[in-house]
Amino acid sequence: MTTHASVVEASGLGLTFETADGPVHALSDVNLTIGKGEFVSFIGPSGCGKTTFLRVIADLERPTAGTITVNGAAPGQARKDRAYGYVFQAPALYPWRTIERNVALPLEIMGHSRAEQQKRIARTLDMVNLSGFEKKYPWQLSGGMQQRASIARALAFDADLLLMDEPFGALDEIVRDHLNEQLLDLWAKTEKTICFVTHSIPEAVYLSTKIVVMSPRPGRVTDMIESTLPRERPLDIRETPQFLEIAARVREGLKAGHSYADQ
Amino acid sequence: MKRWVDGRILPITVVVLAIVLIWYVFTVLLNTPWQQSVYGREGAVDVPFTQFLSDVFSQQRPVLPAPHQVAAEFYTSVFNAPAHTPRSLIFHAWITLSATGLGFVFGTLLGIGLAVLIVHNRAIDKSLMPWVIASQTIPILAIAPMVVVVLASVRLTGLIPKALISTYLSFFPVVVGMVKGFRSPEAIHLDLMRTYNASPAQVFWKLRWPAALPFLFASMKVGVAASLVGAIVGELPTGAAGGLGSRLLAGSYYGQTTQIWAALLMAAALSAALIFAISALEKLTERAMGARA
Repeated sequence: MTTHASVVEASGLGLTFETADGPVHALSDVNLTIGKGEFVSFIGPSGCGKTTFLRVIADLERPTAGTITVNGAAPGQARKDRAYGYVFQAPALYPWRTIERNVALPLEIMGHSRAEQQKRIARTLDMVNLSGFEKKYPWQLSGGMQQRASIARALAFDADLLLMDEPFGALDEIVRDHLNEQLLDLWAKTEKTICFVTHSIPEAVYLSTKIVVMSPRPGRVTDMIESTLPRERPLDIRETPQFLEIAARVREGLKAGHSYADQ
Repeated sequence: MKRWVDGRILPITVVVLAIVLIWYVFTVLLNTPWQQSVYGREGAVDVPFTQFLSDVFSQQRPVLPAPHQVAAEFYTSVFNAPAHTPRSLIFHAWITLSATGLGFVFGTLLGIGLAVLIVHNRAIDKSLMPWVIASQTIPILAIAPMVVVVLASVRLTGLIPKALISTYLSFFPVVVGMVKGFRSPEAIHLDLMRTYNASPAQVFWKLRWPAALPFLFASMKVGVAASLVGAIVGELPTGAAGGLGSRLLAGSYYGQTTQIWAALLMAAALSAALIFAISALEKLTERAMGARA
């Protein structure tokens, strides 16, 4: 894969939460570089720090050790520059706003004009195939559609970096396949850098140019796999030996980093 | 017929009928001793039961007036008395309602204002909240005459002292409700605002305020009822200036129990009307905010 300037650079990154039951090492010695235009998946069992790492990039958590830069500056600066769009595990749409007003939320906050808002709403809703649902309220849409609306919201202000925290985790397999395909399509069109947290091995392998395998207690990176799959990926690429080989390596990485005996 | 059974009308009618029936039973029980002493003085013996009932239900100053006596008094004082004279219940109701309304608006605004301060500032949260709670442990009956007397000494009489007592009672549910409301957005909704680098004002107006609105209406329903109580209590020490409170007081001075009950009925009707109005406003707001039909 061609990697240009690095978007995220972490070295020796650690984060320890002080809790009543003693310190919890959510992240420990994470070294990682994410290049521009990459699609990086973070995979690992619960508690491996993949979501925490995403939140550190987003300046929603402060690291307690090491350094991290986003677009060459501190994460706080990137947040102030509105350098990234964040898609949460749940759609997190505001229930009192229609779909178009939800997509408009970041645009309102960032001070775009009404006309500009309309243009961007139409464009991003089209990108996630939600045209025609502008006036609907979130509860009138299915879970998959709600999550697509939340992706549209993250795309609306044209940040180059998209941080996605298990966005399809709560959806069924059929919807998930469909959205994965759409996401790859979107990534190809927009040439964004995407950081994607997931539980699912096929999802990680199907989507990514780079797969970061993590393990818990303390949360750390156990393997980093550069995908050899082509950028153009039809759904049935998942039956190819190349795909299965990468999936096997991810599975190995997960096993190695995680002793099931102590569960 | 089906709509009657399915709807709310039938259950409400049944309950009202039951209350009226129990009321009549107690009217007889409570007014019998007086009626018997009257018969004793008159030397009447062997009064027929129907005569007894009709006498019990038409005493001038019954311990407990019968429902139809209260209804008649209510009707007379509402429809047969000119509305601008102290004989009219409308006259008194309006005086009380204006104090209630003013006090409720003050109280709601004060409550929202305090809640905003409490939510946005930890020091204020820690220092103010105990006082807000302590304020409600003082019996309103103790503080109301003080307020009236103190304000009268600076020549504030009439509407304002009563409205302030209403405010005192009605701001509390609004503070408590709105603090909870402003804190009701989920962490994920707040995180979203943070990723946009939204200003505190933007977080307030685009997230905290709309999220708190359901809490506001619930608090306002409690607050408006408290306001009415406050206004009535505020009228007790002000003398015969008018209002449902002074009507109650006058009724108890002169043993006019029927008049007291009619005034109570009016107070209940006012409170129900106010709560109904807030519910209507709530429905409209919910619809504008896309609630499920």
